[in-house]
Amino acid sequence: MNKTWWKILGSVLVIYTAIAGLLLGVPHLPILNETIRNLYFHVPMWFAMIVLFSISVFYSIKSLSTKSEIDDIKAVESVNAGIVFGILGLVTGAIWAKYTWGQFWSFDPKQNFAAISILLYFAYLILRNAIDEEQKRAKISAIYNIFAFPMMVVLLFVLPRLKDSLHPGNGGNPGFNSYDLDSRMRMVFYPACLGWILIGYWVYTIRFRLRSLENKQQHN
Amino acid sequence: MMTVQQLFAQDNGVEMADSLRSNGKIYVVVICIVIILLGLLAYLFSIDKRLKKIEKESQTDK
Repeated sequence: MNKTWWKILGSVLVIYTAIAGLLLGVPHLPILNETIRNLYFHVPMWFAMIVLFSISVFYSIKSLSTKSEIDDIKAVESVNAGIVFGILGLVTGAIWAKYTWGQFWSFDPKQNFAAISILLYFAYLILRNAIDEEQKRAKISAIYNIFAFPMMVVLLFVLPRLKDSLHPGNGGNPGFNSYDLDSRMRMVFYPACLGWILIGYWVYTIRFRLRSLENKQQHN
Repeated sequence: MMTVQQLFAQDNGVEMADSLRSNGKIYVVVICIVIILLGLLAYLFSIDKRLKKIEKESQTDK
């Protein structure tokens, strides 16, 4: 993945999203009005976060068997990059909620659980900082990560569905998919998700490369 | 005040090179967002480039 084409692809897709997302037609729905366009910007943040956390848990599992420091660094740095997208997702969600649900934070299950799942990953980073010995840190934090990842999936995709929620796709609310994500919106939504996932992955690779250079310097 | 009123008086419905003012001037916002994104992405590319250089240097050191 040390090529440039996918970085350019990600950039082009993200810029396409900004133009097409603001200018192309969208369904006219009450309450949502033009804010339906937020779907192209708010939701891809979460997709990027989930992909980065999946990369992290993959390398955590791998690092348990390989005991390699590189796999451990990959696991941390993808969490570091993923958390940024998670926070952006929370903030954009809160702003969107203010103008559609009435409050920035209405203690909606989806909002609460999303915040908790980000806290889970903050705990991961704090746990790492608390352990000085490298081998031990790699092992303990990898195991923590393996537990945190399914928790995050359950918090974001299972529990909100069981409760009353204002969020589309939860608590008896149909998702955007089922009724109004028409073909016009798909044309922007899918490229947006792919574009932001690529940008997120790119940020993660930059962080990983920086960290491995730092490590190299320390060992020399 | 007078000049402002005169300026408005000139607006007699004649459309002149107004594409950036149509649709409630949304295109102006689009241009701004695209510029910000382009700037940030160019910045990412330049960080990437510098990193590549340092990586090469540290490999030749060994």
